Amino acid sequence: MTALRSLGSLGDYYRVKLKTDLAIEMQYRGAMLIWLIGAVLEPLVFLAVWSAAAAAQGGAIDGLTSHDFAAYFIASLVVNQLTFSWVMWEFEHYIREGELAADLLRPIHPIHQDICENWAHKLLTMTVVIPAVILLSLVFEPAWHFEAWSLLAFLPALLFAFALRFLFDWTLALIAFWTTRTASANQLAQTVFLFFSGRLAPLSLFPPVLVTISFILPFRWMLAFPIELILGQLTPAQALWGMAIQLGWIAAILLLMRFVWRVAIRRFSAVGG
Amino acid sequence: MSIEPVITLNNLRKVYTVPVREGGLRAAARSLIARETRDIVAVNGVSFTVAPGEIVGFLGPNGAGKTTTLKMLAGLLHPSDGSARVLGYEPWQRNHDFLRGITLVMGNRNQLAWDIPALDSFDLNRAVYRVPRAQYMRTRDELIEMLDLSTLVNQPVRNLSLGERMKCEIAASLLHSPSVLFLDEPTLGLDVTMQRRIRAFVRAYSQQYGATVLLTSHYMADVEALCKRVIVIHHGALLFDGDLTALVDRFSSSKTISLQLGEAVPHMDQAAWAAFGERIDDGEDSLIRLRVPKAQCAAITGRLLATLPISDLTVEETPIDQVIEEVFAQPQTDIATQEART
Repeated sequence: MTALRSLGSLGDYYRVKLKTDLAIEMQYRGAMLIWLIGAVLEPLVFLAVWSAAAAAQGGAIDGLTSHDFAAYFIASLVVNQLTFSWVMWEFEHYIREGELAADLLRPIHPIHQDICENWAHKLLTMTVVIPAVILLSLVFEPAWHFEAWSLLAFLPALLFAFALRFLFDWTLALIAFWTTRTASANQLAQTVFLFFSGRLAPLSLFPPVLVTISFILPFRWMLAFPIELILGQLTPAQALWGMAIQLGWIAAILLLMRFVWRVAIRRFSAVGG
Repeated sequence: MSIEPVITLNNLRKVYTVPVREGGLRAAARSLIARETRDIVAVNGVSFTVAPGEIVGFLGPNGAGKTTTLKMLAGLLHPSDGSARVLGYEPWQRNHDFLRGITLVMGNRNQLAWDIPALDSFDLNRAVYRVPRAQYMRTRDELIEMLDLSTLVNQPVRNLSLGERMKCEIAASLLHSPSVLFLDEPTLGLDVTMQRRIRAFVRAYSQQYGATVLLTSHYMADVEALCKRVIVIHHGALLFDGDLTALVDRFSSSKTISLQLGEAVPHMDQAAWAAFGERIDDGEDSLIRLRVPKAQCAAITGRLLATLPISDLTVEETPIDQVIEEVFAQPQTDIATQEART
């Protein structure tokens, strides 16, 4: 009963906070547009390069035509837009400027406000991403092969991908408690992600060793897995397995995050807020 | 039966370890191998209790350990030693029920979102603190009334002046009706009218809600107006705990005699006045002010009246901020800093 009431209160917080953040986001339409141009441009560049490469190889690379690449990178655009976060770039500022101290005095975990800010941004950017996707589809004629079930399975896979990526980034952000040079750690994580998540290219094109590694690392499950699902490349069994692995990673990183957070806060409250 | 205190500190101590490094490359290289650190004792075994409903002034010069103590009591800092309880909780565990019972207002900090009206931030605080909606509406409207915010809360916060924003900040900090208020320089940077308003509000709030207040301020007027009891810390240690009037009695060694002469007295130059006491007026108008040792005040007054054509004379206690200044000027004890090598 108490747990239920607690959940209800958290739901109330999410509702009010999302509303507030949406109002704030709308004040920064200009900045949002610039951000979005980057978000659309990056997969567009990859798409152009791979389409050109496919054309040069006689129309296909490893059986993937330029229409397949178009489908892949348009899906990548959507999944990346819905799963990315920026907490690790802001955490250092958040600690040093005293905002963390203020938040520690509130009876709610600060991760909730970051989730709300993230969702508010995404809700708003979707109004531009969706038209962009439609436009890109008209220009590049992507080849979709999904079935009804994979479309349905895509939704939980996407949600898990977001949770996994967000928790990973949030845990990574906690490095800021120990060092003021978080930018290099973030850059490294970003590069590994670019490579092993499937953002740069479909993972099926990688050498077998790297493909194996990509299955072991968490990054594939943050991006490539939902993309492959919506492209109709997976069997139902593979889809279920994938989601199980996603949940396993979420649980593991959640545990790690709670541990690191506790140590970080103990350290923070020892040296001064 | 005595009333259970709301705030209890027992030998509370906070030691910061800070790196020490001399300038230059050689020192930088050396610090790679053997990092030299120094322990700074910010709070050195402070004990006191505060009863429910009390408004206590917490005084000390910059760096005395006031903010460190408040941060420990609000749960932001772990002490190095000693114990403290606020509302029955160990603050630094930051139990959610504890956090719902307190507030920490810092004059230099903003919790209101910049781009939206304060009213929206208020609603967010309602959700954070899980205040039932009916109670929230009541408290909110009361605070808006008490602080005269009705025209301000609907504007984006960035359009408000410093004082207006501070009033909104205070309202936001009190929406969950905390029973313990830690106010760290709540009137910092505000003009006299606004300071007076906030003072009146704190008094009214404490009376209405029976709230306990621990207040630091550089403006002695705040303390005089609100606090019967003051606690003075200096170099991290408790220097005084008692009535404000007792503080003046104990630490003020002098009184001020103000006088006016009925006619000009040419032979009274600076040196001649010095025989009576220290001149502390600016010498521009006809009012002469002398600081004299408390014990000799009566004798000096007698001599002045006997030897000079005085038309008016008053004897005053030294103003409170001057007393505080004297207290703060006391030398640092040798225990306050210790050096250590790790």
